[in-house]
Amino acid sequence: METGFRVAPARRLGHLDVLESHAVFVIREVAAECERPVLLFSAGKDSAVLAHLAYKAFSPSPIPFPLLHVDTGDNFDEVIDFRDRRVSQLGADLVIASVQQSIDAGRVADPGAGASRNRLQSVTLLDAIALHGFDACLGGARRDEDKARAKERVLSFRDTFGQWDPRRQRPELWQLYHGKVNQGEHLRAFPLSDWTELDIWSYIQRESIELPSIYFAHRRRVVERDGMLLAVSPSVSPRPGEPVEDALVRFRTVGDATCTGAVRSQARNVAEVIAEVRSTRVSERGATRADDKVSESSMEDRKREGYF
Amino acid sequence: MSQLLKGADRCEAYTGRLAPDPLPAPERGHSPESELLRFAAVGSVDDGKSTLIGRLLYDTKQLFDDHIEALSSVSRRRGAGEMDLSLLTDGLRAEREQGITIDVAYRYAATPRRKFIIADCPGHLQYTRNMATGASNADLALVVVDASVGVRDQTRRHLCIAAILGVRHVLVAVNKMDLVGWDPSAYQVIAEDLANLSSLLGVKSLQAVPVSALDGDNVAERSQNCPWYSGPTVLDALHQADAGVWSHEEDGSGGARLPVQIVARRPGGGRCYSGLLSGDRLAVGDEVVVLSSGLRSRIAEIWGLDGPKERAVPAESVSVTLADDLDVSRGDLIAARDGAPHPVRDVEATVCWFGQDPLRTGGRYRIKHTTLLTRAEVIAVDGRLDVSDLRLVASDQLADNEIGVVRFLTAAPLAVDPYRRNRVTGSFIVVDEVTNVTVGAALVGLPYVAG
Repeated sequence: METGFRVAPARRLGHLDVLESHAVFVIREVAAECERPVLLFSAGKDSAVLAHLAYKAFSPSPIPFPLLHVDTGDNFDEVIDFRDRRVSQLGADLVIASVQQSIDAGRVADPGAGASRNRLQSVTLLDAIALHGFDACLGGARRDEDKARAKERVLSFRDTFGQWDPRRQRPELWQLYHGKVNQGEHLRAFPLSDWTELDIWSYIQRESIELPSIYFAHRRRVVERDGMLLAVSPSVSPRPGEPVEDALVRFRTVGDATCTGAVRSQARNVAEVIAEVRSTRVSERGATRADDKVSESSMEDRKREGYF
Repeated sequence: MSQLLKGADRCEAYTGRLAPDPLPAPERGHSPESELLRFAAVGSVDDGKSTLIGRLLYDTKQLFDDHIEALSSVSRRRGAGEMDLSLLTDGLRAEREQGITIDVAYRYAATPRRKFIIADCPGHLQYTRNMATGASNADLALVVVDASVGVRDQTRRHLCIAAILGVRHVLVAVNKMDLVGWDPSAYQVIAEDLANLSSLLGVKSLQAVPVSALDGDNVAERSQNCPWYSGPTVLDALHQADAGVWSHEEDGSGGARLPVQIVARRPGGGRCYSGLLSGDRLAVGDEVVVLSSGLRSRIAEIWGLDGPKERAVPAESVSVTLADDLDVSRGDLIAARDGAPHPVRDVEATVCWFGQDPLRTGGRYRIKHTTLLTRAEVIAVDGRLDVSDLRLVASDQLADNEIGVVRFLTAAPLAVDPYRRNRVTGSFIVVDEVTNVTVGAALVGLPYVAG
């Protein structure tokens, strides 16, 4: 045995290539082992990367499973435009599960105008999974986003109630992902588990992946609320006494418009965003997600209920 | 004084012969294409793994302001002082309630030289399966030991499991040195003990560092408290360690292995086979054999994720076409003809068992080997490994968290390599047929235990 470490010559894949190949491997395993997989497509940057990887995994054949968008009804127009354009470019099928329909059907209570519908998505998602018989949902969640997500397996088991039990996760050895579940149970598969926000942007740059325009700096009318900049929209109206500002902003994450904050930014293209991500001192979800500020276990609680 | 000098001399054994840092590093810098080192923090409960990882993240400025702010307020609320760094990775409510780690937390760090994927593993015996999950993909094990307590059984068990899983590089953090007044002999005893165990386990290199994770001594910054120690800090050592060894076996003796994941029809006719390459490079024209049929052919084309290429390297997702029209399907293995494995149905393996019910002779399970799902029956338990002295003792079963040598009879033949030659073709998982839960990790061949 040697004392100390000896540095071996560089003859390996670069880390983006390793992450890309691994993600493709996971997507192919899920497609091969599961009966009815689906790719959760919010049209945000992570799911845009995931859809791009799925495309590369099966090219020149089409992606062998549909995409699913859980639509809260509180969307940014640019995101919906992008979603439809991207889905048609990929030649994929799109399933839309609507939170409004869940409200209309009495599955969840309407939180009222302007209130976030973010948490309601879990019910809509689980209903869609049951309706279509999906046994695996490929999602773009990353472990660096949140400390509960940091705990999750690449293939994460959900019981017949759609629940995640973080205390009883299955062992996941090596790269042996096994996708068998019993009737009514399903898997969430996270091929981007080991990617960081910077990896995502570096990959977007390398692969020239198109994103919704709201990821880049633009002028927008915003109000500052609970320390976040919210875009004024049909679902977010200024409250009495709340000043409306015309600001140069971009979005770091894309979610429900009522709880996704913008950040002040001058970054107009991917290279400038990367420079900004490198130097930022605030985390992605800390800067932009009101839903995570409720308590230190917000994400864990939502995930237990079946959230993405 | 002579005592101290003697300690200092002996410490050289673990620090003195470090190679100078010869990073060739063209374009490493701040490039997004830097090298990736995966490591797992292991060791017994309460020895400070989570605090050490938290300290490493904090001192290398990986933490965002909002995370630091949240950490300070939570720490104060819990009466844990100004900043309890262990709360950074203990992300589950039950973990924070109990101040323990239940499941692996993955954290990510990047320095100008390297990108790190860190698996902070639980120390409790009952969560050994989660520790194995975290260690199974690691290039290096960071073994954390409390200097005021010394090496415990659980420390040895973790080092043992990590080594059996193929971790060949060990970084020992002798933690809580402040509690023993930075006594070099405390460091010395632990470093020597784990060095002996490591060499018995086939570990290739080891570095022991005296640290205080709480105060940040020798984590990212050099401590002023131990003039007798001249070796690297934990961060220095992580920069020096060999990256990517998991997917790139150093001797390359095994030859290329491509387990077939999916078969696709080519637009112009013919078929291509996709999978993740391991073992060695693969080039157009290479002579290959398809297992388990044993039919031979040559690689006609290789397609990477960005189009055709002449050669591919391990850890790369590729698709290949063969020169001959053969029957190849998911679960088959395309292997370099030289040194290709012979498919067998009788497989001897070292098994780490995680099942609530013991593994017994006659037990039937589903197994997954590369991309092949089949069934297997336990035909014999050849013994159980005693982690305290690394001897194989007679036993007819393996209980939860035990390691042993087991013989399986499989329904379909498996094209296995010894685990030490190829971790992909040399491993399989054992799955409960009813619940689909993974109950065992199997490594083909006997555990490496020297002496």
